[in-house]
Amino acid sequence: MKVRLAVDLIACDGRGLCAELLPELITLDDWGYPMLARRQVPAVLRGEAAAAARLCPKLALRLEALEARGRR
Amino acid sequence: MRWVIGNGVEGEPASDKDKVLLAVAPHLVLDGAVGAAELTGAGEVVIVAHHSVREIVSRAAEERLDCGWDPVPVRVVTAADAFVAGEASAVVHWVDRGLATPTGRPPRLDPRPTLVQNVETLAHLALILRYGSNWFRSAGSPEEPGTTLITMAGAVRRPGVYEIETGTPVGELIELAGGAAAPLGALLIGGYSGTWAEPAAALPLPFSSAGLAAVGASPGAGMIAVLPRTACGLAETARITRYLARSSAGQCGPCVFGLDAIAGRLERLAVPDRLERLAAGRDGDLALVRRWLGQVRGACRHPEGTARMVASALRVFATEAGLHAGGQCSAMSTAAVLPVPVPREPGP
Repeated sequence: MKVRLAVDLIACDGRGLCAELLPELITLDDWGYPMLARRQVPAVLRGEAAAAARLCPKLALRLEALEARGRR
Repeated sequence: MRWVIGNGVEGEPASDKDKVLLAVAPHLVLDGAVGAAELTGAGEVVIVAHHSVREIVSRAAEERLDCGWDPVPVRVVTAADAFVAGEASAVVHWVDRGLATPTGRPPRLDPRPTLVQNVETLAHLALILRYGSNWFRSAGSPEEPGTTLITMAGAVRRPGVYEIETGTPVGELIELAGGAAAPLGALLIGGYSGTWAEPAAALPLPFSSAGLAAVGASPGAGMIAVLPRTACGLAETARITRYLARSSAGQCGPCVFGLDAIAGRLERLAVPDRLERLAAGRDGDLALVRRWLGQVRGACRHPEGTARMVASALRVFATEAGLHAGGQCSAMSTAAVLPVPVPREPGP
């Protein structure tokens, strides 16, 4: 199953943990909020991505299944 | 499907089309909303109306109630008076919880799926239900049939709301509004988070999604604001951007900080004679604005829409930016042309 990252920008407070834990996929903008280099998570980074989502203090970062998600 | 919401919030400061429609033909909108409820099996219709026309819509709803016209209850709610209050999820949030902020999730009440439609779309639906799709298709183009309401604002002789066939050339729309009241400088198409365009490029284009794409614009909120050549496009853009920054719901960091930062640099670029810019470096301001345009984002499209408008301003007013760098401005008047609501003072 393919997964992708999603940031809930309403919940996000710009703590920046995610960018430290997952610099391969997440950088910070000029105000300290996460920007996703690409949304889809490569298989080799699944563990790190899951850890980053779990450790987000605002529960603003999550992993979503690519197929299960409907159109917005 | 449980609810049908008619979106008549119209938070666009220069736009009047939804207010005019609700004031002139409230029953047409209600017919469409009730029709949509019947088609989708919704149990209630809610019309969210701008405060200036809310009583008219309420009266229409009472008339229908008195004669038992509608199979579903119709409720009228006064809209919150804010730019982002018209965003679909914010409309649902307002009806559901009295908070006019976007939620960033597919909007729904109750918590079953909720249909949110602009009141003009509901009026179209009412006409299609009455006269059929062939009649509706007799106006406009095959791809974008029907008529549409547009607000003509700024430097035209008869600003106001007009019903036009979709695809009418932009130049004809300006003639419809009495013609330009001054030599044309630029057009802001689609609303305040729309797109600035050069008149020469935009005038021959059909007012439709396909037609306006040639200048990167779209019908958007159904508005054309005409800027005269006597006004400064950069100053107008800075004022509008500041208004849009102030209109952020304040929920997403990149929107709160990004739009404020962009507005601040645009305000500096809009003033041709500020000595401090020589020290700060105009190119630095422009480069920073361009960098930030790619970084603003949020749960709704407000920040990206603002960024799109600013990006179009940097294209269309590039010559003006060069003049400002040399301490000059082509504007003959510093009076603001496009209306921007005055910020409310914070309460005690």
